[in-house]
Amino acid sequence: MCEACPIIDWAEALPTVRSFTARLVSESMTEFIVWYDRYEPEQKPLVGAKNASLGEMMGAGMPVPPGFALTTEAYRIIWSHQDLVDDVNGMLRQLDHDDLAQNAEVANRIRGRIESVPVPAEVVDALSRAYEDLCSHCDLADLPVAVRSSATAEDLPDASFAGQQDTYLWICGVQSVIEHTRRCWSSLFTDRAIAYRHQMGYLHRGIGMSVGVQKMVDPISSGVAFTLNPSNGDRSQVAIDASWGLGEAVVSGEVTPDNFLVDKVLHEVVKREISHKHMEYRLTDDGVVEKVEIEVDRQAQASVSDAELVAIAQLARRAEKHYGCPQDVEWAIDRHLPEGENVLMLQSRPETVWSRRQTQPLNRGGTDTMASIVSTLVSPLHKKSDPPDAR
Amino acid sequence: MSTNRFESPFEVEGPEGVEGWEELYSPSASFGAARRQYEDDRFWFWDSMHWGHAMTPWDSYFFEVALASLSQMNSRHYRIPPADGVDFRVLYGYAYLSPVGVDPSKIADRVPQFMERAGFYFGNWNDLYDKWLGKVKDTIARIEALDFNPLPEMEDLEVVTGGIGLGSGFELLKSYHQFRDLVLEAWNYHFEFLNLGYAAYLDFFGFCKEAFPSIPDLGIAKMVAGVEVDLFRPNEELKVLAQKAVDLGIARAFDDPENVSLEGGPGAEWQAAWDAVEDPWFNFTSGNGFYHFDKIWKEERSVPYGFIRDYIAKIEAGEDITRPIEAITAERDRVVAEYRDLLNGDEDREAFDSKLGLARVVFPYVENHNFYIEHWAMSVVWRKVRELGATLAKDGLLAHDDDLLFVRPDEVDQILWDYYANWAVNSPTMSAAKWGPVVERRRAIHAKLSQWQAPKALGEPPEVITEPFTIMLWGITSESVASWLGAGADADGITGMAASPGVAEGVARLVFSPADVGELEEGEILVAPITAPSWAPVFPKIRACVTDIGGMMSHAAIVCREYGVPAVTGTGFGTNTISTGDRIRVDGSSGTVTILD
Repeated sequence: MCEACPIIDWAEALPTVRSFTARLVSESMTEFIVWYDRYEPEQKPLVGAKNASLGEMMGAGMPVPPGFALTTEAYRIIWSHQDLVDDVNGMLRQLDHDDLAQNAEVANRIRGRIESVPVPAEVVDALSRAYEDLCSHCDLADLPVAVRSSATAEDLPDASFAGQQDTYLWICGVQSVIEHTRRCWSSLFTDRAIAYRHQMGYLHRGIGMSVGVQKMVDPISSGVAFTLNPSNGDRSQVAIDASWGLGEAVVSGEVTPDNFLVDKVLHEVVKREISHKHMEYRLTDDGVVEKVEIEVDRQAQASVSDAELVAIAQLARRAEKHYGCPQDVEWAIDRHLPEGENVLMLQSRPETVWSRRQTQPLNRGGTDTMASIVSTLVSPLHKKSDPPDAR
Repeated sequence: MSTNRFESPFEVEGPEGVEGWEELYSPSASFGAARRQYEDDRFWFWDSMHWGHAMTPWDSYFFEVALASLSQMNSRHYRIPPADGVDFRVLYGYAYLSPVGVDPSKIADRVPQFMERAGFYFGNWNDLYDKWLGKVKDTIARIEALDFNPLPEMEDLEVVTGGIGLGSGFELLKSYHQFRDLVLEAWNYHFEFLNLGYAAYLDFFGFCKEAFPSIPDLGIAKMVAGVEVDLFRPNEELKVLAQKAVDLGIARAFDDPENVSLEGGPGAEWQAAWDAVEDPWFNFTSGNGFYHFDKIWKEERSVPYGFIRDYIAKIEAGEDITRPIEAITAERDRVVAEYRDLLNGDEDREAFDSKLGLARVVFPYVENHNFYIEHWAMSVVWRKVRELGATLAKDGLLAHDDDLLFVRPDEVDQILWDYYANWAVNSPTMSAAKWGPVVERRRAIHAKLSQWQAPKALGEPPEVITEPFTIMLWGITSESVASWLGAGADADGITGMAASPGVAEGVARLVFSPADVGELEEGEILVAPITAPSWAPVFPKIRACVTDIGGMMSHAAIVCREYGVPAVTGTGFGTNTISTGDRIRVDGSSGTVTILD
């Protein structure tokens, strides 16, 4: 057993969460659901970083697919089963952090135990009603949704635990949504999540799990956008990587995406490199996401039009303005939405490489115009096709 | 790249059968033994942007006047620290330039001189510009007033009763001398502010390039460019006249621009509207003002009438052809606000504001001088040359009206003296006999020179081109020189300056002279050595534009952007590589041209 891993003591951890929750949601219809379009920043501890970010983007008027968060309050309730707490604590005590296989096996057992707990009726009720509302809002029965984990750590308000918890795509129907909600809850106890907390010395307690339920985008193409030129830090440009189908292909690096630079101000595509895109992830007729080969004639085609590129760039610029710093945005072009409304934003995070650099006033700046003109005339000027990458 | 230098000017093999071509041009603009070492050591480029055709003696004279005027401002007036003049030569009828840099050890000494002199101009720019407008209009008026009419049989009585004692012959010689001085005066004025204006622009340009390393040049140009510019006025006046023709119900009169007859009250009313704006706005050339063959709207009305016909067609199709001034202004403000917003701190924003402020103060001159000198003054100048030529032909000194073009301005003095002296004596002149064969020979030589393909450059290029005006005015960079040395376009396409954004595909039409502009069909892509601002009325018709030469701030680039037509300028070889009828793709955002089939 691991002495270093403090055992979950839910009885101790929960009152804080509850008092916070009580204050926030006392006037709302339900304690369990926060719709993205009604999200308030104080609700972040209730919905986790991922949901908070989607809610914030939507609040800023960005085209985020509609959805809602099931709050940590729902997660809290399952831990009111004292036998669950005892069982999980018991299993945590058996962990041997040096034995990866054992670790995985214990983690699996913990997840299974958590998923075996019946979801409380009030949670099922709230979740079902919210999902039905989302279906009718989108005018589609059994609307396909993404069900996402959105962890929250009371002590670590900004910890995103990126990539540690599960996301389930193309989930259809209430039963399946409930099923995958449980899996999201239990994904706090994947072997890698446990190992991460162990390595970082984070407590297992005080970590809550909210779940996001968001309309699934069926993208023609998708990708990422940086609100600066990553080769030289030029903030007047947006760099866009794009490929066919779902964004997984780009994010995972399985394809070399098309690469574009779009001028933020002039709204012009200033550089385009169309690459050879051999595969994409897309929804098959059976409703599952599959990795498929791309037809030959589409492989070397641009995966986005110029008009779409400009729309993506403008969207990324809006996110940058909203957050006040350069952003790294995930976007998708929805197959089913009309042109002009089909560019959607899936995520926006602060850009980290160039943004961390110390900024200094420009050499050619200053207000002594004459001195500056002299130096302009004397020092070599720009050349026609000075490639910024070569500097 | 096969070699690192171009042919020496002394090695170039000209066209056949042009022996004696040198006599068409001034000795001081000729390559020769007297300065061979100096000339062989320098790098010369053909200024096909301004002088794309073989020059006649008079074309070449104005070329020399322009280059001397430019040079003098850099070297003697403002002491531009790194740049003296731009040396100029004529080789087989073509204009070659070589910017002269300042010895690096002497640059520092010139800095305080430049600061004081240029500083005065920057500090008093608007007052000096107002004064300049007055001076230039006065110069043009004095050129206009010159009298080149044939000498009279008898002097007016007033010459006698007024006790004047000077006659028409004297006045003609004096007018001719004044004419040459006034042309030089106009060209001195042309460059009075120009390079200072470019320097202020370059300063803002350099700042923007540092702040936004990959900012397209046209983003910078957009922030600085004026909205209501005199250079656009002639075209705007044509639109007004087209609308008037429609309103007056005489639109059909323009169906055949070669044959427009304006009848009745509405016709007279329209004519009055034309007359009200003709001076100065239709002193507008379809070329660049540097050539005798450029068509001037005021004189060759079929050119503007053709444009009016096209505008009428658009009006009748329900299109709004007026320039959306408010939208253009709003767009400029938006671009400025967004770049400013993207800067990193208040210190940079303050520098941005002050540099943009100065660039905008100087820019009206940079944009408008072109109308006042190249268009207005040169229209009047060429009219005077034609008047004098007609007079000399009428009185038998030369055989044809345009023979004068093949006599150098300094040689004209001989003819005028012959004219004067024999008018005074009332005796036969000898010029026709002497100059007739000379003119015929020169005319034949010029025709052969016109067919020749001049080399892009001569001599050894500098390792890196840093001369600011070479880059700014001519768009010549280390890369373009390298591509000339490579002697052809890249295998996979033609590249140049991304001068006006957008992508277009269509059928190419090559246009080598202003006279051929009318051949352009709706939806074609204009491919030319260089375009002129007065081609503006064809821009609504064409899909894109490609030029061999021209920088970001070349007049053509400015007009292309104004009319929203994708353009790639300074391709070097566009007209060699593309043929009329080719389907091409022009990407004005990345500066590339692709031949599709």
